[in-house]
Amino acid sequence: MKSVLPILTVLFALVLIWYGAAIGLNAQWTRDQAARAGVEVSFSDILSDTLSQARPKLPAPHQVAVELYQSTWDEEVNGRRGIVATGTLSNRSLIYHGWVTLSATMLGFAFGTGLGILLAVGIVHSKAMDMSFMPWAIASQTVPILAIAPMVIVVLASIGIKGLIPKAIIAAYLSFFPVLVGMVKGFRAPDTMQLDLLKTYNASRFGTFWRLRLPSSVPYLFASLKVGIAAALVGTIVGELPAGASAGLGARLLSGSYYGQTIQIWAALLAAAALAAGLVVIVGVIERIVLGRMGMRS
Amino acid sequence: MIGAWGALGFWVLATLANVWLAKRFSHNRLVQLFIPALFGVTLLVLWEGIVRGLNVSPVILPPPSMIGARIASSLPMLWTDFNQTILKGALSGYLMGCGAAVAVAVAVDRSPFLQRGLLPVGNFVAALPIVGIAPILVMWFGFDWQSKAAVVVVMVFFPVLVNMVAGLKATDALQRDQMATWSASYWQGLVKLRLPAAMPFLFNGLKIATTLALIGAIVAEFFGSPTRGMGFRISTAVGQLDLPLVWAEIAVAALAGSAFYGLVALIEKGVTFWHPSQRGRA
Repeated sequence: MKSVLPILTVLFALVLIWYGAAIGLNAQWTRDQAARAGVEVSFSDILSDTLSQARPKLPAPHQVAVELYQSTWDEEVNGRRGIVATGTLSNRSLIYHGWVTLSATMLGFAFGTGLGILLAVGIVHSKAMDMSFMPWAIASQTVPILAIAPMVIVVLASIGIKGLIPKAIIAAYLSFFPVLVGMVKGFRAPDTMQLDLLKTYNASRFGTFWRLRLPSSVPYLFASLKVGIAAALVGTIVGELPAGASAGLGARLLSGSYYGQTIQIWAALLAAAALAAGLVVIVGVIERIVLGRMGMRS
Repeated sequence: MIGAWGALGFWVLATLANVWLAKRFSHNRLVQLFIPALFGVTLLVLWEGIVRGLNVSPVILPPPSMIGARIASSLPMLWTDFNQTILKGALSGYLMGCGAAVAVAVAVDRSPFLQRGLLPVGNFVAALPIVGIAPILVMWFGFDWQSKAAVVVVMVFFPVLVNMVAGLKATDALQRDQMATWSASYWQGLVKLRLPAAMPFLFNGLKIATTLALIGAIVAEFFGSPTRGMGFRISTAVGQLDLPLVWAEIAVAALAGSAFYGLVALIEKGVTFWHPSQRGRA
């Protein structure tokens, strides 16, 4: 708890820098407007104008906060397309777009994690698989995998697969490698003494796996799940970028950049950040509960 | 069909060979290189055989031979894209971002208060989808490589910062006491003890940042770029369904990514030769 104050200080400094940058970046436009109108502007005019432009270069934090409120709560509760008025989520609200992104992320994350764990089991038990596959799995982490995202989307669309699945495939691919590498490490975490002990019990391979390797891999599992779920979200958002996607936080970013709606971009960005933070925190809470019940809490 | 069956047969044979080799010669250094190489070749053969054997349209998945031919025939274009995206965008952004992160880490080093605040915030930001900032930076810095470098700076900054701050704390009390008994000044202690001790952590961050730099530079080009660059080429070639060219760019990106990572790993080996993780490896 003693780090609350330092964190708040750093956050406060960040907001201050943000305001300063907003004033600095937007001042030029204000001065140009004033010069065109032939009016003299005072410093306080610049100050108030830079923080309330409709399409600023950098929107001030409070403008983004207002946009966030309007495109979530206000749109759903008071808007005529909101969930209160129509019973379905409004397609102009960030909740709807966030939900689209979240569902693709979760689907891909589940697939990627499952596949990663299965392959890790295979790699730990088969020397041939370990020696042929692991170098490639490690090398593939150095490859900018996201570059293939637009191709996956377009190719799958051309054979008739659209919507959730292509994005989920990219998310799965991105969350797959951290989980695989982490789980291989986790399954190998038991030391020789523990493995020897199970040998003296005449434990089968399956028994060793079930009673020793799997439990001791759990801390590694959660560490890689945290990396994996953040990677899956990034994958989904980038997967929504190619033209054609009309829903999702990535599509919202792209349309904002097409129409110069900077406030909308920042709101979508903050929504994505909140989503990522929420997912990581949820995984962290589950980790605490599980490790606590297993008696492994550090 | 024959191609597909042939490829499947090759796959089975190669797998058997790998299983046999792994059982008999797993400690031979050459075999340790040969097994993954054979696995990679098998994947290529399987890909080629199945695509050709089942007549998969090149619009969906081109065979590796077609991609290879495309690489050979468009080398000048690939070089321009490589130059634009990797050398100008990713590399300059990487150097600036990592340099700034190290500088900030050293600057806040004297204030434990700031460190305690910066570390959780940095860890948090490092997990965020920062690529999303790309459209904003493209608006600010224009379409050319400067905006890509800016995206890369933001993307690599936090992972390197977090690792460097952690690294500067990595010395134990005994070592710091030793410096104190020698009446070393703050700067002497920093340069002779704590910076070297931070190097394994720093390089961990630098290695993570190599991949992020390439991703940032390529994805930023999806939001607007001059008519060259790997991200530009990928997005336009996908639009024209010129899949061999897309795969050619991906192959170049993969090679560049591995080479970049390998280079940083090599420097790490030279700098942190004393660390346990580097010792005992020829």
